[in-house]
Amino acid sequence: MSFLSVRDLRVHFPTIDGVVKATDGLSFDLERGKTLGIVGESGSGKSVSTSAILGLHRRTNAIVSGEILLDGVDLLKISDEDMRRRRGRDVAMIFQDPLSAMHPYYRVGNQIAEAYRVHHDVSKKAARARAIEMLDRVGIPQPDRRVDDYPHQFSGGMRQRAMIAMALINNPSLLIADEPTTALDVTVQAQILDLLQDLQRDFDAAVMIITHDLGVVAEMAHDVLVMYGGRCVEYGSTKEILTHPEMPYTWGLLSSIPEVGADPEAKLLPIPGNPPSLLNPPSGCHFHPRCTHRDKVPGDLCWTVSPELTPGTRGDGHLKRCHLANPDVVYEREVLPEIAPDLVEER
Amino acid sequence: MFAYVVRRLFIGVILLIVMSLVTFMLFFLMPQDPARVACGKNCSIAQIKQTEKALGYDKPALTQWVDFLQGVVVGREYPEDKTLREKAPELISDCAAPCLGYSRVNQVTVASEIKEAFPVSLSLAVLAFLMWIIGGVLFGVIAAVTKGTVIDRGIVALSLVFYAFPTFFIGLFLLKFIAIKWGLVDVPSYTTIAEGGIGGWLSNLFLPSLTLALFFMAGYVRMTRAFVLESMTEDYIRTARAKGLKRGPVLFKHTMRAALTPLVTMAGLDFAGLMGGAIITESVFNFNGLGKLVVDANVSYDLPTLIGLVVLLGAFVIVANIIVDVLYAVIDPRVRVA
Amino acid sequence: MSDQQLPMVGGMPGDDPTSRGGERLGAASQFVETERPHSAAQAHFDAEPILEVRDLRMYFPVRSAGIIRRTVGNVQAVDGVSFQVPKGGSLGLVGESGCGKSTTGRLITRLYEPTGGSIEFDGRDISKTSSRGLKPLRREIQMIFQDPYTSLNPRHTVGAIVGAPLLIHGILPKDKVLPRVQELLEIVGLNPEHYNRYPHEFSGGQRQRIGIARALTLQPKLLVADEPVSALDVSIQAQVINLLQEVQREFDIAFLFIAHDLAVVRHFCPEVAVMYLGKIVEIADRDSLYDRPNHPYTQALLSAVPDVRQAAVGGRRERIRLEGDVPSPINPPSGCRFRTRCSLAQEICARVEPPLLQIGKRHKVACHFAGELGHHPERPVTASLLGVDDTGTPDPGASPSIEVGNDPGYADTWFDLQRKTMAGA
Repeated sequence: MSFLSVRDLRVHFPTIDGVVKATDGLSFDLERGKTLGIVGESGSGKSVSTSAILGLHRRTNAIVSGEILLDGVDLLKISDEDMRRRRGRDVAMIFQDPLSAMHPYYRVGNQIAEAYRVHHDVSKKAARARAIEMLDRVGIPQPDRRVDDYPHQFSGGMRQRAMIAMALINNPSLLIADEPTTALDVTVQAQILDLLQDLQRDFDAAVMIITHDLGVVAEMAHDVLVMYGGRCVEYGSTKEILTHPEMPYTWGLLSSIPEVGADPEAKLLPIPGNPPSLLNPPSGCHFHPRCTHRDKVPGDLCWTVSPELTPGTRGDGHLKRCHLANPDVVYEREVLPEIAPDLVEER
Repeated sequence: MFAYVVRRLFIGVILLIVMSLVTFMLFFLMPQDPARVACGKNCSIAQIKQTEKALGYDKPALTQWVDFLQGVVVGREYPEDKTLREKAPELISDCAAPCLGYSRVNQVTVASEIKEAFPVSLSLAVLAFLMWIIGGVLFGVIAAVTKGTVIDRGIVALSLVFYAFPTFFIGLFLLKFIAIKWGLVDVPSYTTIAEGGIGGWLSNLFLPSLTLALFFMAGYVRMTRAFVLESMTEDYIRTARAKGLKRGPVLFKHTMRAALTPLVTMAGLDFAGLMGGAIITESVFNFNGLGKLVVDANVSYDLPTLIGLVVLLGAFVIVANIIVDVLYAVIDPRVRVA
Repeated sequence: MSDQQLPMVGGMPGDDPTSRGGERLGAASQFVETERPHSAAQAHFDAEPILEVRDLRMYFPVRSAGIIRRTVGNVQAVDGVSFQVPKGGSLGLVGESGCGKSTTGRLITRLYEPTGGSIEFDGRDISKTSSRGLKPLRREIQMIFQDPYTSLNPRHTVGAIVGAPLLIHGILPKDKVLPRVQELLEIVGLNPEHYNRYPHEFSGGQRQRIGIARALTLQPKLLVADEPVSALDVSIQAQVINLLQEVQREFDIAFLFIAHDLAVVRHFCPEVAVMYLGKIVEIADRDSLYDRPNHPYTQALLSAVPDVRQAAVGGRRERIRLEGDVPSPINPPSGCRFRTRCSLAQEICARVEPPLLQIGKRHKVACHFAGELGHHPERPVTASLLGVDDTGTPDPGASPSIEVGNDPGYADTWFDLQRKTMAGA
């Protein structure tokens, strides 16, 4: 049994126009000390899924079903009060934009100490000392002075460090980082990613990192889960997914971002069209309207039948959701030569 | 911070001076001859001329404005004209330091008129303000946390009703039913604390304050509801929930503090405006406050009183603005100037 | 972008692929124009410059908090920047937030009046042109903004937004505007029949296309694109980049491409300038800059970009850690502005500002210890050129050996770092 085990997670939002299936049957496992990267575009359901793990959806507007087993306890079955007590203590979260994620009217130190005092019966003074200790741990210079600053007096990178301090102050066993570096500059992003890896080793936490940046995933994650239209479309170890992807959407992600270290001859192949509507998702495979390989599938399977998540051609726990019979061959022969001609020769 | 307040006060004084000038010029643009009105209906031309001299209306408008400013700072004496003063020294009346003018119609200085009416308006404003702030915020927050339920809809609908009915209707309605028909309270007539004690003061003020408060409360309920709902969607509220905070602290400590900031501005300005008199409410309940003074001065074309009231109201609003800005800096650390 | 507000997400009406019925094979047909793959843009080095910026400076005054507000300092947002953009070519401006790249873009479109320096566009200096004189200029220099959600007026139809410049400048009579608008919409890959829709009916990528169509309306000679793709989803970014390349090729428009994403700039621009705290620290053609960066900041910046391919084949590129934050532009460090975070910094760096020295055919760098990664010289290469000793104190014996100016273009001869002498092609 894994430390975190999510089974068939569904998050549906009933609206006047119909049910928005933001997450529609998501399953994955994660061990302590490991990192899972969840990749997808806006509206793919990645943030909605992690909010469900934290129990942040309000019952009044979201229907959450499935199983979220954290250390053997199903987070969807426990009471609201029990879930609240676990929030911030067992499961903590870091958000994308540290400026808006911190309350502008309260001092940074107070906000961090507050997170500690919710779960520990200690004096304000002790909590403050603990906050300074955490600020020091995440590399904020002069923590005993900066603890009394307001968020707007911090730089972007320092704010994200403070958010990390806030998230880790209770020593959580699961840390969810939702686009933790998207709002930051590259050199600051590098600092924050280093810090996260460093802290993960110390705290032996399981980490979920949500991002649209495959580069971040490549550096941080042991496993990758690619989401599209509320569903997992490819799942496996990072190395496997990045070197032998078997789902055309993943190919599209790889081919549509230019790389700093890429062959200058590499071409930019955009994914045509727009991300799907979750209210009215396309029939069959959600990706078929934008897929450039659908003609290789016999009949109109892609239009009519939603593919199951099936093992990839190379095994090793690699899962993909695609009707293509020989995705490995298509990738080697058609996709790779376009996006990374230099790699073809190496193989 | 201190420098900021001083700078704001300095700008406020300049603003006030400019405002009084504009008011002066506007009133003198009116087609009527102020001296003729001040003198009365059956004045001969000679009498009008004399009134003109006595009140200084014969001087150019700009000079009169300078005299007015001078009167505010050091006080002045009536009649204006030297020869008149020499002729009848027994008629000289003194208008002490903050002299806002002399109302010939009522035969008193404007300052003393205001002195008499101001406590009425202030009492009304303070009591109404307390009622509508407490009620407005309370019901607004209740509506926000019960969003979409019957309670929320009921509160919103009710506030719409009170907002839509004119104040004089609600005032007369309360007067007719609560005071006259059912006799739950006496028909209100203003009593000072000295006269009737705090109890008497309060009971006489209750109906007029309620009338005023209901109108403002309706607006504040809707604004509070909107601000709280908006604040609930902020990222830092999600952070607060992700920390594991209970509902209470999330709502009162994190949501409300941010949501109520914009209300401070509205409340400050609304209160300042009310201190200058609630025209309709005071008229309905026959309270001799500043609002009634405005109406009477208008009817009798009492120019000095009108100018004095406009300048006073302007001063209230300017001071309230400064207080609101300072409060803002106290609430929101981002606004604090280094 | 957060996808918390999912219930709101929805495709554009009529854009839902399933509703197209029999047309399903052509569902993506409206993107045919941009589906053609593009490799990196080619250089236009021989072309005449359309834009020549010389010693451009922009200082924003900082006022004191006292009773009387005096100007107590300046935010030196842009401080002595020079570059050229060739006709039909493109220059990339990269750097982190606060480096002055966006301010530079706004100076060139004359949204600000520069504090100093000159902006020569098509042969005339526009840095001091009055606001009336700017009107014809606005036809020739257009801007594409970062956020397609806030840069389009939500109360105007797409047709009104795209057609407005034609009416303002009185180029076409009213009845000729619509056909032109439809033509433009088609060029940027939108359905020309959608001219009467409002911006909110389009997705982010489509809105950016509208922004591009608006910028193209007056057939400008120069487009300043300020982070044109950074607000877009990954899969949409490539569509927009390809569209921009196509537009550039077809209409021969020069680009000043401002972005923080080094990879996007590399793909789009044959020539790239790196900015730090209001100054250009390195400017070079693409290959020199990305393969042989000579400035420690450029090297750190490039090493910080996460690389999919490196990580995928195992092993991560060694990262150069930059400590701390960018200093305040109100009181920038003396001498070299990067020295407070630089591992190579020595005495001379605090005393003397390094000149932007040409070290290759199309490569300039502003560093006393310029050199490829791992091959930085022990002694400052600039000392003898500037007439100072190795610690930066003026050396009365030595006289500056070459004129190190702040010219926008490149000279025919340059300083060879290996041989420490002047060299030529």
